[in-house]
Amino acid sequence: MQMLSRAWRHTLVRHATLAVLGLLVAVVVLMSVDDFRNRQLTELAYMALAAGGLTLLTGINGQISLGHGAFMAIGAYTTALLLQDPETALPLPLVLLASLLVALVVGVLVGVAAARLHGPYLAGATLTLAIAVPGIARYFSTTLGGEQGLRVTSPEPPAWFLDALFFLTGTEPSNSQYYAILGWTLLVVVFFLLANLIRGRVGRRWAAVRDDEVAAELAGINLARARVSAFTVSAAVAGLAGALMAIQIRLAAPTAFELTLSLTLLTAIVLGGLGTLSGAIIGSVVLVYTARIATDVGTAQGLDSIAAAELAPLVYGTVMILVILLAPAGLVGSLLRWRAARAARGADRRTTPPAARPTDPHHPDGPADQQRRPVATTKGDQP
Amino acid sequence: MTHLDPRRRRGARAVRLGSLTAAATALTLGLAACGAGADRESSTEESGGATETGVTEDSIKIGAHFPLTGVAAPGYSEIPTGAKAYFDYVNENGGVYDRQIEYLVEDDGYNPSNTSRVTDQLVLEDEIFAMVGGLGTPTHSAVIDFLNQEQVPDMFVSSGALAWGEDPETNPYTFSWQPDYEIEGKIIGQYIAENMPDAKVGLFLQDDDFGDDGEAGVRQYIDDQIVESVRYTSGNTDVGPQIAALQASGADLVLGFNVPSYTALSQLTAQQLGYEPDWYYSNVGSDPALVGSLLEQFSEGAVDGGGALDGVMTSEYIPGTDQPDDPWVQLWQEVWDASGEEGELTNYRIYGMSQAYAFTQALMATGPDLTRDGLVETVEEIGADLGGPPLAPFRFSADSHMGISGVRIVELQGNDTEELTPVLVTDIGDAPIEEESSGSADDAPPESGIPEEG
Amino acid sequence: MQLLNTLLSGLTLGAVYAAFALALVLIWRSTRIVNFAQAPMAMVTTLLALELIDAGYSYWVAGAVALFAGLVLGAAVEFLLIRRVDQSSEINPVILTLGLFVALHAAAAIIFSSQFRSFPAPFSIRGLEVGGTTFGIGPADLFAIGAVVVTMGLLVLLFRFTDVGLKMRASAFNQEVAKLLGVRVGSMLTLGWALAAVVGSLSGLLIAGGGLVHPGYMDPVVVYGFVAAVLGGLDSPVGAVVGGLVLGLSLSLVSGYVGSQLVPLAALVILMLLLTLKPAGLFSQAQARRV
Repeated sequence: MQMLSRAWRHTLVRHATLAVLGLLVAVVVLMSVDDFRNRQLTELAYMALAAGGLTLLTGINGQISLGHGAFMAIGAYTTALLLQDPETALPLPLVLLASLLVALVVGVLVGVAAARLHGPYLAGATLTLAIAVPGIARYFSTTLGGEQGLRVTSPEPPAWFLDALFFLTGTEPSNSQYYAILGWTLLVVVFFLLANLIRGRVGRRWAAVRDDEVAAELAGINLARARVSAFTVSAAVAGLAGALMAIQIRLAAPTAFELTLSLTLLTAIVLGGLGTLSGAIIGSVVLVYTARIATDVGTAQGLDSIAAAELAPLVYGTVMILVILLAPAGLVGSLLRWRAARAARGADRRTTPPAARPTDPHHPDGPADQQRRPVATTKGDQP
Repeated sequence: MTHLDPRRRRGARAVRLGSLTAAATALTLGLAACGAGADRESSTEESGGATETGVTEDSIKIGAHFPLTGVAAPGYSEIPTGAKAYFDYVNENGGVYDRQIEYLVEDDGYNPSNTSRVTDQLVLEDEIFAMVGGLGTPTHSAVIDFLNQEQVPDMFVSSGALAWGEDPETNPYTFSWQPDYEIEGKIIGQYIAENMPDAKVGLFLQDDDFGDDGEAGVRQYIDDQIVESVRYTSGNTDVGPQIAALQASGADLVLGFNVPSYTALSQLTAQQLGYEPDWYYSNVGSDPALVGSLLEQFSEGAVDGGGALDGVMTSEYIPGTDQPDDPWVQLWQEVWDASGEEGELTNYRIYGMSQAYAFTQALMATGPDLTRDGLVETVEEIGADLGGPPLAPFRFSADSHMGISGVRIVELQGNDTEELTPVLVTDIGDAPIEEESSGSADDAPPESGIPEEG
Repeated sequence: MQLLNTLLSGLTLGAVYAAFALALVLIWRSTRIVNFAQAPMAMVTTLLALELIDAGYSYWVAGAVALFAGLVLGAAVEFLLIRRVDQSSEINPVILTLGLFVALHAAAAIIFSSQFRSFPAPFSIRGLEVGGTTFGIGPADLFAIGAVVVTMGLLVLLFRFTDVGLKMRASAFNQEVAKLLGVRVGSMLTLGWALAAVVGSLSGLLIAGGGLVHPGYMDPVVVYGFVAAVLGGLDSPVGAVVGGLVLGLSLSLVSGYVGSQLVPLAALVILMLLLTLKPAGLFSQAQARRV
C-alpha cells in the first residue's frame, strides 16, 4: 500500500513537472508568434478544452452528448453578464470560476436526468437541449440580449501579468497574447487535472460503468452517481471553455451556440479518438485548421464561393463516417493500435512472451496492455 | 483509457504523456502554419512601395463576411456575388487609380464565433485594407470592436441596426449603409397616421433588433393604433400561431418587419386562415421578384398567384429589379451580364452592387494616396454628397455614421410599383420627417458606369 | 377562434411530426438504431422531386419518384454503411448517422443550391369555409393528415399480419434466433431501412407541400420528430402518430401564447417529463424499456 502511494506521488510529481514544462513551451511559442496565430491558438484552446470535457463524458464514461454547446453557452453568458460593466467587473479569475460553477450546477441537473437515459434516448435529449438553450437566451431578451446577444468587454491584462511577461521575455504581450496564454494555461491545467482524475479511482469507476454496467454494479459502484459526476465535471469544463470563447469573440449570442457547435465538438472527439484526451486536442487541431484548407482547395478547383464553403462540412461528415466505419478508435487510438501491433509482431519474431519484454520505454507493461487499450475504447462504450 | 487493474498504471501515464505531446504538436503546427503570414508581413514592409496595409501600387485588398452556408445563406449569399461582379467591372475598366480591387469573401454561416475567426484571417493574415459590407447584426457585433481597435475601415455594414452609425466616437471606423430600421418605421408610421387614421394595426416582427427598431419607429407615430404585436423566431417556419393571433386581434393592416421568406410564409398562412388585411412589408422583406418566385408554385394550382403581393405597401431606398428602365438598374444588368455568372440579376445582387459602387465612390474621392484614415475622413467630409443609386443621401458626417437617410413608400402592382409618397428623409430619435430636396433620386450613373475620380 | 386556429395549425404540424416519427419507429423496430440522418435523407429526395416539378412533371409523378428514391437511398445506406458499423457500442451508429447528416446537408447545398424555393401542394392550401368563417385547415392539410393515418395503418398491418413484418421484428429482436429460424436477417434489415426511408421521404414531401424548402428545411423536424417518436414509445406506429399530434398541438400553443423562442425548450420539457414519469412511452407495448 505504501509503495503504491509513493508511486502515485511519484507520477503526480512527474506529470506536474511535465505540465509546467508544457506550459512554458506554450508561453514561449505564444510570445513568439503574431496576433493572428495567437487568436487561432486561443480558439484551438477553447475548442480542445470543451472537447476534452466531452471526451471524459462520451469516451470515458460512455454517455453521448449532442448538446455540449449548451454548456459552453451557459459559461459564455455567465461571463458576458459578469463583464457587462467594465468598472465594476469582477477580476477575470473569479469570472472564469463563476462560469465554471454555473455550468457545473446546470450540469448536475442535466446529469441527474441524463443518468437514466441510454444511447439514442440520451442523444435525442441532449440534442433537444442544444437547441433549447439558445431559445432561452432569445426569450429573455432584456437580460440576455436576445438575438443580438450580449457584447463582452474583454478585460485588459492585469499589470502583474504584463510585468511578469516583460521580466521573462523582454517584450510587452499584446491582448491577443494574453488571452492565448490564459487559454493555454487553462487547457494545460484542466487537462492535467482531468488526466489524473481519469486515471484515479473516480475515473476507473467511470470506465467500469461504461464497460459493463452489471459488473460495475456488482463491484459496488453506484451507477447513477458515477454518471452524474462524469456529466458534472464534463459540463463544468465546457462552461469554462464557453467563458474563454466569449472573451475571445467578445460576444455571447444564440447563433454562436446552435447545433453546429455541439456537432463540431462531437466530430472533434470522434476524429481524434474517443476516450483519449490527446485525441480531443488532435481532433480540435484538425477542425480548426482544415476548414480553410478545404475551402481554398475548392476555390482553386473552380467552385463558386458557396459550393467551396460547403466543402468543409462535406469533408467533415464524410470523414466522420469513414472514421467510425474503418477506425472507430480515431486517429490517436489507431496510432496506438498500430504501434501495439508492430510491437507485438516484433515480440513474436523474438518468440518472447510479450509481457516479459518491454519494447518501449513509455510502455513497460508491454504490448499485451496496449492491444487491450484500443479495444476498450471502441467496444467498451456500451452505456 | 482507464484501467481497473492497478498494474496497468504506467500504461495510463504513457497516454497522459501522449496528451502533452499532442499539445506540443498542436503548438508546433500553429508555428509551422504561421510561416506564410509572418513572411508576408515582413515582405510588405520591405517592398516599401505602398504605405498602407492592404494597398500596393496596383492593388487594393478588401474583405467581407457573409453567410454562404447555413440557414441564413438563402438570399444573403447572393449579395457578395453582386458586389464581386461590380468590382470585377471596375477592374476590367482600369480599376481605381490603376489599382485592381481584390475582394475576399469569407463564409461565417451567420455564426458570430465564425465571424470572429474569419475576420481575424482577413485582418491579421490577409491584411485587408478595409472590411466592406460585412453582413448581420449578431455576427458583425462580434467584430466591430476588433476592427476599430485595429483601425480597419469597416465600411457599409449590411444591416440596418443602429449600432453601426450612431456612435462614431466609440466606433470611428465603422459606417452604416442602408436606412436603419427605426427611420423606416417612423416614415411608415407617419404615413399611416396621416392616411389611414382608422386602421387597426398589427405588427409582425422578426425577433431581433430588426423587429425592435422597426417597432420603436412605428410606435412614435401610431402607438394608439396598434392592436397586436407578434414575433417570429428565424428558423421556425410555422407562423400559424402568430398569424392567428393577428387575425383574432382584428388588425386590418399588418406591418411586417421580416425577411422575404417570412413574407411568403405569412402570406401563405394568411391565405390558409382566410385572413385578408392590408399589408406593409419593410424593404428587407418585400423583394417582389423573390417573394413572387417563392409564391409562384402556388399560382399554378391552388392559390391566386400572379402579382402575389399586389396592393402590398413597402418602401424603397435604391432602385431595384421592379424598375428595369431605371438607368442604375440598366447599369447593374450590364455589369451582371458582363460577369458571366450564373443566375439572374436579383435585388440581393443589386444591393451588393450598390454597396460596391458606394465604396468605389469613396475610394475615388479619397484620391491616389490611399490610407485608412484618409478614407474615413473623406467619407465623413463628403459622404453626404456622394450621390449614386440611393434615393436619399447618406447621413455621414463627423458626428454620424448612419447610412441612407430616407425611403419612399410605394405600393406593389405586379412587377411595377406605384409611389405613395415622395422620398422622405429623417434621422433616428425625434428628428422630423421631411421631403427629400437634394434630388438624390434623380442621380444618373456616369457614362462609364464607374464613379469619377475625386 | 384564435385558439381553434392555433390548434388546427398544430394539428397539421403534428401530422408531419408523426410522419417523421413513423420513419424513426420503423428503423428502430428493424435495427434498434435511431436514424439521425432521416431528415437530410428526406430533404434530398424532396429536392429531387422539386427538380422534376420544375422540369414540368406533375406533383404525383415527382412524389412517386421521391418515394422510390427514398427506397433506394434507404437500402443503400443500410447496405453500405449501417451494416458495416461496429454496433457493440450504441454510440457508433449515432455518430455514423450524424456524419451522414452533415455530409448529406453539404452535398445537397452544393447540388441543389441553398436558396429558398417554394414547393407546391397537391391540393389547395386555403382554409375550409363553413358558414362564412374560414378554418385554419385546408384540403392540402387534410391530405397530409390522411396520408399519415393511412401510412400508419399500413405499417400496423405489415407488422401484425404479414410474414415479412414478423420476420423484420424477429430480426431486430434477436438476430441469432431469427437466423436459426431461417430468416434472412440481412435482407430484412435492408428492407426495414428502405421502407423507413420511403416513409421519411413521404414526411419530407408533406412538410414541404405548400411551404418553402432549402437544404435545412427539415432540421427542426429532426428534434421534434424524435421527441414525437419517444412520446409514442419509439416502438409503436400508433404511438408515433399520437405522439406527433400531441407534440404538434402543444408546441403550437406554446408558440402562439408564450413565445416562439421557447418552442424547443417546451419540447425538451415534454421529453424529459415523459422519460422521467413514463419511460415506456405513452403507447409502448413493451412492459418496460431501457431508456
